[in-house]
Amino acid sequence: MEAAAIIFYLISAFILGTGILAVTTRKIFRSAIWLLFSLVGIAAMYFWLQVEFIAAVQIIVYVGGIVVLIIFSIFLTQQSGKEMAKPVTRRSLFGALAVVFGLALIYSIIAQYGFAEQATRPFGVTVDAIGTQMLSTTDHGFILPFEVVSMLLLASMIGCIVIAMKNRNTNDPEQQGPAGAKLMIHADFTSTQTDKEA
Amino acid sequence: MSNYSYIVWIPLLPLLTFLLLGLFGRRYVKNFSGILGSGSLLVSTVLSLLAARQYFLQDGQLNGVYQKIIAFKFTWLEFSPNVSIDISAIIDPISVMMLVVVTFVSLMVHVFSLGYMKGEERFATYYAYLGLFTFSMLGLVLSGNLFQIYMFWELVGVSSFLLIGYYYNKPSAVAASKKAFIVTRFADLGFLIGILVLAFYGQTLDITTLIERLTSTQSAEFAGITTAGFLGVSMLTWGLSLVFIGGAGKSAMFPLHIWLPDAMEGPTPVSALIHAATMVVAGVYLVARLFPIFSVDGVSLQLVTYVGAFSALLAAIIACTQTDIKRVLAYSTMSQIGYMMFALGVSKQGGESGLGYMASMFHLFTHAFFKSLLFLGAGAVIHLVHSNDMKDMGGLRKLMPVTHIAFLVGCLAISGVPPFAGFFSKEEILLAAFHSNKLIFGVALFTAALTSFYMFRLYFSIFWNKEAAHHPHDHGEGTFSMKFPLVILAICAVVAGFIPFAHFVTSDGVALETHMDLGFSAVPVALSILAILLASVMYRVANDKPEKVASTMGGLYKAASRKFYMDELYLFITKKIIFPLIGQPIAWIDKNIVDGLMNWLASVTARISELIKGLQSGKVQNYALYFFGGVAALAVLFIYIWK
Amino acid sequence: MQILRQPKQTRRPDMNSIPLTHILFVSTALFCIGMYGLFTRRNMITMLMSIELMLNSVNINFVAFNKYLWPEKLEGIFFTLFIITIAAAEAAIAIAIIINLYRSHNSIDVEDATELKY
Repeated sequence: MEAAAIIFYLISAFILGTGILAVTTRKIFRSAIWLLFSLVGIAAMYFWLQVEFIAAVQIIVYVGGIVVLIIFSIFLTQQSGKEMAKPVTRRSLFGALAVVFGLALIYSIIAQYGFAEQATRPFGVTVDAIGTQMLSTTDHGFILPFEVVSMLLLASMIGCIVIAMKNRNTNDPEQQGPAGAKLMIHADFTSTQTDKEA
Repeated sequence: MSNYSYIVWIPLLPLLTFLLLGLFGRRYVKNFSGILGSGSLLVSTVLSLLAARQYFLQDGQLNGVYQKIIAFKFTWLEFSPNVSIDISAIIDPISVMMLVVVTFVSLMVHVFSLGYMKGEERFATYYAYLGLFTFSMLGLVLSGNLFQIYMFWELVGVSSFLLIGYYYNKPSAVAASKKAFIVTRFADLGFLIGILVLAFYGQTLDITTLIERLTSTQSAEFAGITTAGFLGVSMLTWGLSLVFIGGAGKSAMFPLHIWLPDAMEGPTPVSALIHAATMVVAGVYLVARLFPIFSVDGVSLQLVTYVGAFSALLAAIIACTQTDIKRVLAYSTMSQIGYMMFALGVSKQGGESGLGYMASMFHLFTHAFFKSLLFLGAGAVIHLVHSNDMKDMGGLRKLMPVTHIAFLVGCLAISGVPPFAGFFSKEEILLAAFHSNKLIFGVALFTAALTSFYMFRLYFSIFWNKEAAHHPHDHGEGTFSMKFPLVILAICAVVAGFIPFAHFVTSDGVALETHMDLGFSAVPVALSILAILLASVMYRVANDKPEKVASTMGGLYKAASRKFYMDELYLFITKKIIFPLIGQPIAWIDKNIVDGLMNWLASVTARISELIKGLQSGKVQNYALYFFGGVAALAVLFIYIWK
Repeated sequence: MQILRQPKQTRRPDMNSIPLTHILFVSTALFCIGMYGLFTRRNMITMLMSIELMLNSVNINFVAFNKYLWPEKLEGIFFTLFIITIAAAEAAIAIAIIINLYRSHNSIDVEDATELKY
């Protein structure tokens, strides 16, 4: 077996192992860390596939961005050391069944299907080729999706702020939840009343 | 062939008035709307007279025969190359005659209403309805296509419904308009089926073509319609009889006459319009329009004859007992329409034997004048007395001299006293009946005498009898706009008979020489005068003779005054037979089977949803599982099973 | 289906002894791991993590297809890039929603947020 093949299988085992740990561990912070490892493994897989640029993006966006974001949100909402609730047994049974079935189905299809692999031709992804095509306005240029995605990012930024924004009228931060919301409205109502009276 | 394109404006002007007044009348035009409606109708009338002059005196004739001229025509709906619904204006002797009659009488009614309806809240709406009514009738008259006739026929029905129910906050008026609408609608069903039968076998809806095809014995269509039959009667007879049912409904022939007396609930000028010139003669006009076809089918013509004669007699008997003056006039209308019908029935197509056709049209023509005169006169009386009942009247001749004279002229005209208009037309009818059917002639003669009797009973009860109980009212006899039409119509009722009608309107367009047979005329005239004398003995001065006669007549009088229990019979049939035996079972089916099916479906759906609503658990992961299950099932289905 | 019946290609890449199918097996396995996590995890943040795993498996697929089947083209790369971008946006929105939910329910357990039902 060649070195490349060995490396591939090692990387694969790493990705899958950490992935399984990420979805099964009962401690949420550990789960996030296992996810981090898995994503790093995927970045390694990209290196192995000779797409260094994607690997870099993977590390920057996923490892540096999303996982950090997830860890932040864990800190905001959980006590990270606490064990999570056990999954519902019936559902984990059905989930496992579904996964096994899906896996078998897809494996059989992949094994049956003959891919016309084009190995003779070289595969080189240079960053300038990506950049040129990304901003190209000719055929096969990606300028339009690029701009659309930039709009999407802007929209999601604004959306996040709007969704997660605290209501400024909540004077008492402890009174949250549905009951709190009612009280909030009430408080709002009285405040407008007093405004009128004033 | 010259240009008659201006003829479209005759019906279009009233339509424009209707639209204008209907849309803006109550808010913007208001009291001016009467002038507007009358003005536009005046233009229509002038145009009709011009058309009549042009047609009858200048260019209607070709080699001594009056031609059928199509003023304009456009195809509206084409079902097949043969069958299409056209909108056309057809000009022939009867349509031109009807144009004149309809516009003229309608104009008189418009003018009369200026005074009669003054101060009504819905004055503009009233004129809008009048416009619609006149438009529909004119359109009907000009129609050259059976389906066009049907459309305008229904429009007439709708507008009469609107006019009869004009006092919509009066329950009896609402009931009457409903009754008129339902009864005529019911008859129109027959008309529609008749049209379809004729159009199916004749392969056309165009009247001229239809007449050509169904009257020539060689044509394939004629062979088709006469050989095909149903219940032992040929399809031609079926088709014509069904068409006649439609006509009988509109013309208030027995047994579909029950709506007519009730239709008196409308404003009196409306009654004049409906009874004299428009709605009720529509049936006669329809039969006359299709007369060439009727004339080849003896059976349906017999039907027309006997229904007409029976209606004439029945209505005359009932009229003798009624006390509501408008109802008397209503029954007299029915009786006169019966006259026109049986005159058509005894006629043949063409030549001397076509006398009945001519007489019928002539009577339609003269009747329009004296009947509208009588109704408008009655309207003037009601306007003064504020009552419809004879008992509230009497001795009015001094209070309303103009109305008195006009009414007297009308009565003389309808009684057939020479030289008034009714004499000429009625003589022709009697003559035609005499030549073809002695039984009918006898009925007609008796009816004529009865007519004189009840008309003078009415006249004496209103204007003589007791002393005037109603002492000078503030508004007197009525405004000039009310008297003027009476005078005009009275003049017409006198002179209309002298028009050489037989030269203009005959069944085949060839002028017919008529001659007054003094010996023949003597009997009916003498009978009429006798009847008038009898009426004068009984009603000129208040006395107890009428009650005595009534009590000796006993049951007959009672039955006649109750209109021979026709309304009760209808109620019995509908309430005791149709509703419980047909209506209720159908209602049961509708409620339990049709609705039941729907309810069952709904409850099954509800039960199934109750069963499966657990799927909608609100648990996102379950949804994800279902989703995955569905995708997997579809994948397996398409990849492995359904290749 | 017709496509699936193509004759098996036996040609292997010279420079790389790993066939495409192996990479696909790995990505499929990763996808199923993510799916299992999505089905069983009750905590919303961990569900989000599972979704990220699934997205990554798809990315691997895109790159692998690009490399093995159309090496002269870049479309697979671009799809991967866009998916990463959109995944970032999606994660941000999801976390915003989770935080909002936590405020109103005091919990991010999906079992506690079942108001939207029959």
